[in-house]
Amino acid sequence: MELLVAIAIGTLTAVGIYMTLRLRTFPVILGLTFLSYAVNLFLFVSGRLTLNAAPIIGTPEPYADPLPQALVLTAIVISFGMTAVIMIMAIGGYLSAGHDRIDLDAAEDGDAK
Amino acid sequence: MSHWIIAPVALPALVAALMVIGLRGQLSLQRIASLATILALNAVAVALLWSATLHGSEAYFLGDWPAPFGIVLVLDRLSALMVALLALLALISTLYAIGSSWDAKGAHFHPLLMFLLMGIGGAFLTGDAFNLFVFFEVLLIASYGLMIHGGGAARTRAGIQYVAFNLVGSSLFLFALALLYGVTGTLNMADLAQKLPTLPEGDTALLRVAAVMLILVFAIKGALVPLQFWLPGTYANSPGVVAAMFAVMTKIGAYATLRAGTLIFPESLPATGPLLQDLIQPAALVTLLVGAVGVLGANTLPRLAAFAGIASMGTAFLAISAFTPQTTAAALYYILHSTLATAALFLVADLVTRHRAHLRLTETAPAIAQSGLISALYMAAAVAIAGMPPLSGFIGKLLILDAFRDQAPLVWSVVLVSSFLMILGLARAGSLVFWKASALDPDPDEPVREPLAFAATFAALTLLAALTVLAGPITGWLTDTANSLADPAAYIAANKLGAGQ
Repeated sequence: MELLVAIAIGTLTAVGIYMTLRLRTFPVILGLTFLSYAVNLFLFVSGRLTLNAAPIIGTPEPYADPLPQALVLTAIVISFGMTAVIMIMAIGGYLSAGHDRIDLDAAEDGDAK
Repeated sequence: MSHWIIAPVALPALVAALMVIGLRGQLSLQRIASLATILALNAVAVALLWSATLHGSEAYFLGDWPAPFGIVLVLDRLSALMVALLALLALISTLYAIGSSWDAKGAHFHPLLMFLLMGIGGAFLTGDAFNLFVFFEVLLIASYGLMIHGGGAARTRAGIQYVAFNLVGSSLFLFALALLYGVTGTLNMADLAQKLPTLPEGDTALLRVAAVMLILVFAIKGALVPLQFWLPGTYANSPGVVAAMFAVMTKIGAYATLRAGTLIFPESLPATGPLLQDLIQPAALVTLLVGAVGVLGANTLPRLAAFAGIASMGTAFLAISAFTPQTTAAALYYILHSTLATAALFLVADLVTRHRAHLRLTETAPAIAQSGLISALYMAAAVAIAGMPPLSGFIGKLLILDAFRDQAPLVWSVVLVSSFLMILGLARAGSLVFWKASALDPDPDEPVREPLAFAATFAALTLLAALTVLAGPITGWLTDTANSLADPAAYIAANKLGAGQ
């Protein structure tokens, strides 16, 4: 099971990094989403992998660590909100500039007044 | 137990929510609420400073859960100092935003500013590493809104880059936290400080990876080379007043690095040793040079201010990287100075760019209204940021040079050469904007009546002058602060670890 989870996290991270380095906003946002999936899984695993265990300390061993589950919930909510924000900004940028390239031209860079 | 420790977080959060619900679209009421909150924050910050000086470190247990099971906020001299700096800068920025009507150019400027204050104040106060991440996200999401305040294609597209860069940073932060938790089973900073030295040998590799990832995240926030690429585009495209407020955001990277390097990964920890120092110091020296060359080559005033900000972060990180009490005291003085100086430069740049016919420095434009007064303000801000006497930048750089006596050949030459480059760049920009203009007919427009905007810029410069005049007592207090950072026993004791078992 450890191997499977490790491969899953590695694949998600690799996909995320590759997509984040693309030139258009939509693949970049998808890449960021993949990265956040990878990190959520990684956070979850940081409490060790257990099967059929209650998340309460004091019950007979083994128990599942409840804290990473709470951390993951927080991280999911935050990354969800952030993805919504960057999505709206990407649409706004596309509508106002007419294209969705993520890099700035030398001419328009620093020209906001 | 003092409940005032939570005020810098709770007060702006409440006011922001009330503004969005109750004062929607009522700009003058929002302005009053915003100013009143920030004045109250200033009062709280002074009280916290007083309490931290008299009573030392104090922890606030949220929900009265004992550490390390609950989240703690820890007030010590460093966090009180940073909150006070934040409150002062917020006052200056808000006055300027009102005076220049920046806050009228889009909806929700004041609520977003309140959320930004909540996030930054929380990041300075928290004693829990995961909570630090949460406050980072709070301040970032507010900063996304503020950065694109006023709209426009260039600003929005620069904003997307900024958000994307920071989302990658957030993922990196979470990876680092998960590694730390996986190795130690805790995320309370004081608990981490206690548990890390007793870690088994086999976990040191993971711990070193986590330490480097954390420092990478803080380097993104602090715009340390090679992670500075987001800053010039973001700050140059932000509204000037927002960029001035952002001057304290880069300092969060410096603060977090200082906290991590003194509390969690001190040099005495065998697993990491001088790892942080070895990584940060070369990066800081390059940052300083990149910033100085950027100042020399900048094509607009806001961009120049952004590169000056990068150079000042290089200087601050250079002083932090040694992690000795003397260098830390110098770093803290320089952080105080550079926050105010960078903010002043951004405000002056905004005064110019809003009224100049061309944004680009190389295109000659008619003299702007009140160009005499604005050029004097620019001169003062330039003197401050370049580190020339008589303002506090000179004292700050002198303290840092003095603290690095043993590495004089390298550090002194980089600091002095970069200061020289900055003086050249600032002088070039000033003569292009203010002197070349006098050859043309002055702008026929009426002089702009923005007394509050000028007063805010002047206030930032006055604070710099005060920092210079009171340099003696302030450095004395900062030396005590640096000594308490070097010996974190009081900070750890304030968390009352083990009380809940």
